[in-house]
Amino acid sequence: MVEQTEFSTKARRAWMGLLARAPKEALADVWDKAGLAPAFDWVRAPEIGGVMVRGRAGGTGAPFNLGEMTVTRCTLALQDGTIGHGYVQGRSKSGAEVAALVDALMQTSGADHVRSQVIEPLERLMKDAKLSRAAKAAATKVEFFTMVRGEDK
Amino acid sequence: MYVAVKGGEKAIENAHAWLAEERRGSPDVAELSIAQIREQLSLAVNRVMAEGSLFDPDLAALAIKQARGDLIEAIFLIRAYRTTLPRFGYTNPVETAEMACDRRISATFKDAPGGQVLGPTFDYTHRLLDFKLAADGEVPAAPEGAARREPTPHITEFLKGEDIIQDEPASEDTPGDLTRQPLEFPSSRPLRLQSLTRGDEGFVLGMAYSTQRGYARNHAFVGELRIGKVAVEMVIPELGFAIDLGEIELTECETVNQFQGSKTEPPQFTRGYGLVFGQSERKAISMALVDRALRWEELGEDYLGAAAQDEEFVLSHADNIQATGFLEHIKLPHYVDFQSELELVRKLRREAEERITPKEAAE
Amino acid sequence: MSTQVQYSGGFGNAPIDAAHAFRAAMTVMAKPGQIRTLRGARPPEPLSVAAGTLLLTLCDPDTGVYLAGRANNAEVQRWLSFHTGAPFVTAEQADFAVGAWDDLMPLGAYRIGTPEYPDRSATLIVECDVLHGNGAALRGPGIQDTSHLSLPDIAALQGNALLYPLGCDFFFTCGEQVAALPRSTQITAGT
Repeated sequence: MVEQTEFSTKARRAWMGLLARAPKEALADVWDKAGLAPAFDWVRAPEIGGVMVRGRAGGTGAPFNLGEMTVTRCTLALQDGTIGHGYVQGRSKSGAEVAALVDALMQTSGADHVRSQVIEPLERLMKDAKLSRAAKAAATKVEFFTMVRGEDK
Repeated sequence: MYVAVKGGEKAIENAHAWLAEERRGSPDVAELSIAQIREQLSLAVNRVMAEGSLFDPDLAALAIKQARGDLIEAIFLIRAYRTTLPRFGYTNPVETAEMACDRRISATFKDAPGGQVLGPTFDYTHRLLDFKLAADGEVPAAPEGAARREPTPHITEFLKGEDIIQDEPASEDTPGDLTRQPLEFPSSRPLRLQSLTRGDEGFVLGMAYSTQRGYARNHAFVGELRIGKVAVEMVIPELGFAIDLGEIELTECETVNQFQGSKTEPPQFTRGYGLVFGQSERKAISMALVDRALRWEELGEDYLGAAAQDEEFVLSHADNIQATGFLEHIKLPHYVDFQSELELVRKLRREAEERITPKEAAE
Repeated sequence: MSTQVQYSGGFGNAPIDAAHAFRAAMTVMAKPGQIRTLRGARPPEPLSVAAGTLLLTLCDPDTGVYLAGRANNAEVQRWLSFHTGAPFVTAEQADFAVGAWDDLMPLGAYRIGTPEYPDRSATLIVECDVLHGNGAALRGPGIQDTSHLSLPDIAALQGNALLYPLGCDFFFTCGEQVAALPRSTQITAGT
């Protein structure tokens, strides 16, 4: 029997955000490897929908509606009553289910196992991908040099 | 005379079957996968997402495949799909200052912090067809440099210190949404920006070009153009706090425009803004130019009668799905309408002939 | 436990339940004075089953909800947030308002639409202690001859009908019962 543990909102935001952004194949992959299959009941079965993404005029000014993006969400309850919410980008009901299970388990005494088996590998993977793009961008940065011209002398 | 016409079901069915066959093309050629379109025709995918107004690369790739590469048809499919989605809510405005930039250039400041990062651009290619691509070939890995880990500040932030550029004060006003309420004129800048970002690239480009050629001239520099990924964050009502829902690629363009001053404003630089889904820089620059032209009233400029200054003209004609819907409907059966016009023209001719004939007879 | 209340009590089968409820809501609005059964949701106190079911059927993140008086408590807010995502707003901004009649008043606070868009008005869900067919006489669209309905305040509702085509529309709920009164209905006290 798992017990609910104390965790901060900040920590929960971080893991939920990570699960939402994670590539779906990678999420499924680490979840399968973690070998967890907790029993649960649906509170809200997975549903595909959209959210309206907003920007700001001039990057800093008044908000405007930019366009929508697809999101899949669900809510479930573990046997001990712990509620897990899954929100993931795109249209993946299985992805939302895994995200909700991870969210629920991260609130229990099983959190350490889930963190090391699911959260941390995903973090590493996504950080590497981001750094690789940033490194390629850095290689295209222009290094200006000034030529000395006669009339300046 | 009203004649009800039925039939055509069989012809339509067969036309669809042939369409499917033509879509597939020669079976001797390997079929395209959605992943291939998503990965290798990504700028087409971006355009379909931007004008379809739905960020989902797989869906956009599917739409392109289904539409046989007709991007407006693909955009139509995406628009139709998005209306079926329940809307979970509205995100917090994206923080483009936090963007992980693949590309970031400025035409106004050579030595801006963060530098000029070219990214995967066509700009300095020679526009010569590369026949190597016609053959299969391995692509060598792109070189890597020292990755920048901190966010890249916006260029306009540097001008702000001098008070020489018009400010964009933050507000938390709820913007209108033209997917929920019909557009009314005069509208507002948030609605104009929404309309432009989903508007037809060709139309917005044409409008922007007209301002450069002198119709509502507003001499623009690209103050900054950046492309990269930003996190999308939304407050989840049942949680009571915001979480990231994902990450999207955006192109942002800010133009800096010379401004002589007006009755109410001192001479300074003003700004036009473009923000578009995906890597879509032609569209983002165009959007910024048209946004700036449409701001004439707010900035106290004169209305010069230019099309790009006329918000009703621009917003009413920017949407290619509205336009194509109305345009293409005239090829559908109008037998009854035309029958009545035919009757009318025949009647007018008869009357005209009757007026002429007695005169001729008298001569 | 409050989290249980928050997450439970929604539709068991949302598409089917919402379709049945929507049909009932449309029917009573189209036939003023008719009373129908409306169930499917199990909302927290003090919301009635009928009011809760209406809210789950009609509200989403685009509809502002005003919770009046006793209906405005943390459990109701959490429940409605989870199941509909609807934002909570003041009476002046509301698309839907729910509560007892006295808590919902004054009627003048609500949006009545504009001549171009009469639909940009509020719909009030009035929780009633009783709901029966002995009351004010109703005449107008959707009513053959006359129908009768118990109404909380005849004078105020007559005033609303005078605003037609502007004005608010009303659902009256009591337990699992629902009836409705659109702005187009003429009201006479007594028979």
